[in-house]
Amino acid sequence: MIDKLKAKDFASDQDLRWCPGCGDFAILKQTQNVLASIDADPANTVFISGIGCSSRFPYYMNTYGMHSIHGRATAIASGLRLSRKDLDIWVVTGDGDSMSIGGNHLIHLLRRDLNLNVLLFNNEIYGLTKGQYSPTSKQNIKTKSSPFGSTETPFNTLSLAFGSGATFIARSIDREAKHLQEMLKRTHGHEGTGLLEIYQNCHIFNDGAFQLYSDRSSQKIETIFMEHGKPLVFGDNQELAMKFDGLKPVIVERKDFSDDELWIHDESDRLKASILCNIVERDVVFPKIFGVVFAQAKLESKVTNETTAVKSSYISTLISGNKTWGV
Amino acid sequence: MNKQRTNIAIKFAGDSGDGMQLTGSQFTDNTALHGNDFATFPNYPAEIRAPQGTIHGVSGFQIHFGSHEIHTPGDEFDVLVAMNAAALKDSISGLKKNGVLIIDSAGFDKKNLRLAGFNPDEDVLETPLLANYDIIVVEATKLTKEALSDSPLDAKEKDRSKNMFVLGLILWIYNRDIASVKDFLEEKFKNNKALREANIKVVETGFYYGETAELSRYKTEVNAAPLPPGEYRNIMGNQALAFGLMAASASAKLPLFYGSYPITPASDILHELAKHTKNGVQTFQAEDEIAAACSSIGASFGGALGVTGTSGPGLALKSEAINLALILELPLVVVDVQRAGPSTGMPTKTEQSDLLFAMYGRNGESPIPIVASHGPSHCFEAAYWACKLAVEHMTPVILLSDGYIANGSEPWKYPSLEEMPSILAPYLSIEELEQEGFLPYQRDENLVRKWVKPGTPNKQHRIGGLEKELDTGNVSYDPDNHQEMTNIRAEKVALIAKFIPRQEFLVGEQSGDLLLVGWGNTTGVIQSTVKELIKEGKKASQIQIDFIHPFPENLGDMFAAFKQIIVPELNSGQLIQLLKLTYPKNSFVGINKVKGVPFKKQELLEFSQKMLKRRSR
Repeated sequence: MIDKLKAKDFASDQDLRWCPGCGDFAILKQTQNVLASIDADPANTVFISGIGCSSRFPYYMNTYGMHSIHGRATAIASGLRLSRKDLDIWVVTGDGDSMSIGGNHLIHLLRRDLNLNVLLFNNEIYGLTKGQYSPTSKQNIKTKSSPFGSTETPFNTLSLAFGSGATFIARSIDREAKHLQEMLKRTHGHEGTGLLEIYQNCHIFNDGAFQLYSDRSSQKIETIFMEHGKPLVFGDNQELAMKFDGLKPVIVERKDFSDDELWIHDESDRLKASILCNIVERDVVFPKIFGVVFAQAKLESKVTNETTAVKSSYISTLISGNKTWGV
Repeated sequence: MNKQRTNIAIKFAGDSGDGMQLTGSQFTDNTALHGNDFATFPNYPAEIRAPQGTIHGVSGFQIHFGSHEIHTPGDEFDVLVAMNAAALKDSISGLKKNGVLIIDSAGFDKKNLRLAGFNPDEDVLETPLLANYDIIVVEATKLTKEALSDSPLDAKEKDRSKNMFVLGLILWIYNRDIASVKDFLEEKFKNNKALREANIKVVETGFYYGETAELSRYKTEVNAAPLPPGEYRNIMGNQALAFGLMAASASAKLPLFYGSYPITPASDILHELAKHTKNGVQTFQAEDEIAAACSSIGASFGGALGVTGTSGPGLALKSEAINLALILELPLVVVDVQRAGPSTGMPTKTEQSDLLFAMYGRNGESPIPIVASHGPSHCFEAAYWACKLAVEHMTPVILLSDGYIANGSEPWKYPSLEEMPSILAPYLSIEELEQEGFLPYQRDENLVRKWVKPGTPNKQHRIGGLEKELDTGNVSYDPDNHQEMTNIRAEKVALIAKFIPRQEFLVGEQSGDLLLVGWGNTTGVIQSTVKELIKEGKKASQIQIDFIHPFPENLGDMFAAFKQIIVPELNSGQLIQLLKLTYPKNSFVGINKVKGVPFKKQELLEFSQKMLKRRSR
């Protein structure tokens, strides 16, 4: 590296074709910022996407990239990862791409824990096909394909990931630039599959889906931005907190307890992560959680040897085998 | 004094748990070392252990060996080994009149007779069904148990060794050396002394039984075949295919990545390659067929030789991914070991019915080269060529094999790597690497783009499934551009005809009355047929087409010199459609069969004779 690269050095020469006001712009910008800040080498960085609005992402990055087919970015990236240990590989996918048509590949990637960074743009809608409900759309949502309201129960991304054996699960939102940057860095820093769900507003087909979590008026009471080692507190003046009643999470007045008695966030605690993913996420009583939900400490390296071609001498011996006869 | 015969066909038939495939393959290995030419045909049910004693559970292994060239496993067999009543019922119709029937008495008790649908109160050996055969009743199960009376094995394990008794007996009849089988058993059971000793004991018991039971009149010698000089080994189709992929990896100096999902009859390729993952092969057992194809595309994008293997149902699932490789213009070899369809069809039975699917089974206009293997050992060369075309022309290639080829085996005069053509990947030159800028879809004179893998400095580029602009590869919806890109993709594949071997006649002269044109597994049976016709004084020839798309440049010129052209296929007429389309001036007549089993020589012979007669009328 001669000069330190700037965020703009990671932008390609292509015009951005997302709808003006789309949350994708913010995510693109923060990703470019983060790559510059971590001194990423554009030639060693690869973005692989599937199909959908978010999957146009690689075209806008001055790195290597592939805009592939619907749902399969995770599978393609897996093959690339297995054959190339040296690259920094990012998967860009959406809620439909990753959890509907590509659901099978996502869960298997998570259990295999290949070293990839997965950015899951969740806008709870199909945007590119013009507004059908997605596997994360809220129940009763009225869309073009559910004019009387969808009767389906949505996936909870965090719970799905946890159940699949993910070793790193985090969530951020397009409107929180600093938090998003921090989460991108953390996801990148994880050795194994880092899954970052990013709430992303589609203001054309599902505007305001995450407004409660980004509007200043409601954000403080509706969200907890979790930090490792700190209590889970929320409310306009941080006056509320989460606490365990046995294994059951409850909401309490912060003033009634010392911090030690509250739920202290521990990213590496599998039980707490399980309760966050499976209980807290599924009950609207609780605020929405953001931040690193679970980060498993690094296990023994599963990485195998560098890949090389078959040696001529090896295949020659193999071809002749051990039972030959001459004529 | 042993009888002398020029060729013998034997079928080993028993319950799927009786070890007939092992018996057959061990006899095959021994036959190879004996110097005979041979062809084999394993035929077994899809169920791993179908209900014991029933027809559904019969597993068979047919081998035809001789002191001359052998092209097929034989229309009928001289010897049938039937381990139980169901096996007898299933296979007896294939035994030649006055053929030898060897049965294990334990498999013919009342229960077995009833399960096989015989009258349990009747002595089946005395029924008219068996009137015309030379029957040898052997108490194989009983003698096996007796031989193992001192063995620590339990009764069930002892019982399962009875296939070795039969193997021993057959080896004795054909005057073979038993050493290769003992070596095999030593190796197979090297970690289990009891099983090792028991199996060796039983194979020896069977071998010496022939002597003591005074079966000497059956002893037969089939001399070694005068094959072309060279070093030989025995090889199965799927194994040869795996070796071909590995050889291509070595020649092209590319790591081999094999993404696959288990499917009959392709799984043995995965099994073989998985043994070599410490030596330049990476196998990936994907979560499904789609991921198997996609992971291989990812590996190719990264600069590896991406290969995915499957059978028909899997090819259907991979269709979209193959098209991605096509529009990306990345190398990808897709192996389709065909089986009888449609849908799940008959997984363990053979058919050639995916050809038009390979040709056309994708959305949009999407030409892909197709290479076909025409026999077990040819899988090596076919796989090698599929890789060569994929890498050198930056395209997915479909390699067609089938169940019959995959599981069949034959002597293989194996090549040395130096004999194989080189494989040169289209990388950027050193000068090009140093130049500013890079157009990912700029092409050479053969319309091939450069393969630049991630990690290459200053050549970052994006590729994708959307239509791309000429040269730059940027997304383009321009009408003229799409027309041109469509033309280029078609022309690129058509140009491959210049780089594949010229078509040759396999049998016969360059002109005549009758030409048989085949592809894939019909090689041997057509070969036997044409040789027979020639022996009868007919002017017949054979062409076996390995490069189906595009066809070899000279193929069309070969047809004119024949009065009639027959195209035998194990489908309802697929190659013939492509031939008619490509060579409209010639007329082709198909003979077709869709039964899940190969052609018999007699079928092709009679059809050919009929056609010749019709012509001379």
